[in-house]
Amino acid sequence: MNGMLFEKLPLVNEISSPGRRGVLPPSADQSERRAARAKLPANLRRKAAPALPEVSELDAMRHFTRLSQKNYSIDAQFYPLGSCTMKYNPRINEKVAAMAGFARLHPMQESADIQGSLRIFHDLQEILKQVLGLGGVTLCPAAGAQGEFAGMAIIRAYHRDNNTGRDEVIIPDSAHGTNPASAAFAGFKVREVKSGADGCVDLDALRAAINDKTAAIMLTNPNTCGLFEKDIKEIARMIHAAGGLLYYDGANLNAIVGRARPGDMGFDVVHMNLHKTFSTPHGGGGPGAGPVGVAERLINYLPAPHVRKAGSKYEFYSPDRSIGKLLAFHANAGVIVRALSYAMSQGGTGLWDVATYATLNANYVLNNLPAVFERPFGNLCKHEALVTVRRISKEKDIKAFDIAKRLLDLGYHAPTIYFPLLVPECLLIEPTETESKETLDGFIAAMKQIATEIESTPDVLRNAPNELPTGRMDEAAAAKALNVCCQWGDVPMA
Amino acid sequence: MASSSELLFTSSHEWLQPGGDVRRIGITDHAQHLLGDIVYTDLPKPGKQVKKGEAILVVESPKAAADVYAPVSGEVVEVNGALEGEPSIINQDPYGAGWLVAIRVSNPGETSGMMSEADYKKSIGE
Repeated sequence: MNGMLFEKLPLVNEISSPGRRGVLPPSADQSERRAARAKLPANLRRKAAPALPEVSELDAMRHFTRLSQKNYSIDAQFYPLGSCTMKYNPRINEKVAAMAGFARLHPMQESADIQGSLRIFHDLQEILKQVLGLGGVTLCPAAGAQGEFAGMAIIRAYHRDNNTGRDEVIIPDSAHGTNPASAAFAGFKVREVKSGADGCVDLDALRAAINDKTAAIMLTNPNTCGLFEKDIKEIARMIHAAGGLLYYDGANLNAIVGRARPGDMGFDVVHMNLHKTFSTPHGGGGPGAGPVGVAERLINYLPAPHVRKAGSKYEFYSPDRSIGKLLAFHANAGVIVRALSYAMSQGGTGLWDVATYATLNANYVLNNLPAVFERPFGNLCKHEALVTVRRISKEKDIKAFDIAKRLLDLGYHAPTIYFPLLVPECLLIEPTETESKETLDGFIAAMKQIATEIESTPDVLRNAPNELPTGRMDEAAAAKALNVCCQWGDVPMA
Repeated sequence: MASSSELLFTSSHEWLQPGGDVRRIGITDHAQHLLGDIVYTDLPKPGKQVKKGEAILVVESPKAAADVYAPVSGEVVEVNGALEGEPSIINQDPYGAGWLVAIRVSNPGETSGMMSEADYKKSIGE
């Protein structure tokens, strides 16, 4: 366990001492000050100096280094957050992305001057086409949810061009929460279908939901129960026969990458999260990349700018029926470079192993947890293990929430809890392929300790975390008593 | 206010008052337990026309934001304004003071498929 994680740190303002300096900026001369002041309206001028911290360079360095050590991160700890693929990001990706030829480009540079970077885009597009089994790939979307939006906008453009009048999107109740939001944002009505008792799409419910307004279905496969949709071929047949398209949410691609292709399953549009499956540090809010792959008949709708090879050169172009731009420039280029670095260092056989070990590790965890962690859908899963403590929550009043908090005491990042929504009191554990058996055994031992504590010392769970600088937060209070007004010295910020 | 044993229930965890033109709707005790501390409700405006099975409002807890579906078609004629300042009323009294909206029912026949409290409890394994 990392002792630094639990250290109470003062704010940098609290270690401030008047007159102490790390950097001495050159002082502006009188005429410059007067000129600046003349340009600034009186009501915007500060009346008192800002409350900037006054610290030495060493103090500042120690403060921020220690702050970084308080991070719970994949670099230091096991991070089994379900549906998030918190795997190790090989350092070679960072080395390549930091090369000046990539890192110091300006997005306004002429394409003739950035041929190397355009080739990176082109080559990654080609690799992802192979991985997805589809005819076209855009790297534009800046994150998974933007990829979903782009994919749904492409589907809307397709239906408009073909005058189908279709405006409903079917989404199973096991889908990621972003799916209905993305469909609605792209102008569709959302129709939810319930899962069957086996955690997969219920074909009868699906049949009842399909009609002449069905534009598409949005599916995650494996789904958020960690299960491979066993009827995927039949689902594809039903949707296509009805005139709809199939959208694949690739957030869970880690489970099948290199071994099964969404294109072969019948999907028309796929988004994937490069920052998950193709390894960029994530979890702090970005940057990400959510490329979208499409079947041949949709290539003309891809967002702009798209990169293609013309003769021996690489160039940007806008497809004829493009849905347009998604962001100011081309893409989050650093993530694209890391993804190509990852794909090429793994190679085809390496990617095959990714899915194999991701699945093996999840099954090892699923099958070695103590019995209080019940398996709602049997003993086999894909890349993530879904368990529920529904029985214990009723009998002993111990909730998934309590278990998650106790794991923090024991040095583990909590898994995803209360998702997917269709399984009450659940924990969704995604160990990823990069963890060793020893690490998994350590996590399983912690879960066994918790199972014992449920019987012997349940209050330790109900009060957890007990060993962190901050005890249990009142989550409801934070959401109810909204007070988001900030203050900086005497200057109100909002 | 009727006691919960007189209410009608849906499989998606809503309840409906049994009789009258204008009937209150809420979520079940089981539903508020699953959600935990409710911190926000996004209620519709009076006058809104709703169709049976359509999502009409959202209740939110730190765990999840859940759609509430109209158990019957009709017009929203009243919303429970007390929830705006204190949504936790739903947790404290889901069948009474924690009601959500009142609907003028346009087709009373639509309630024929709804469950009694006993059947609802059976359906959720209680």
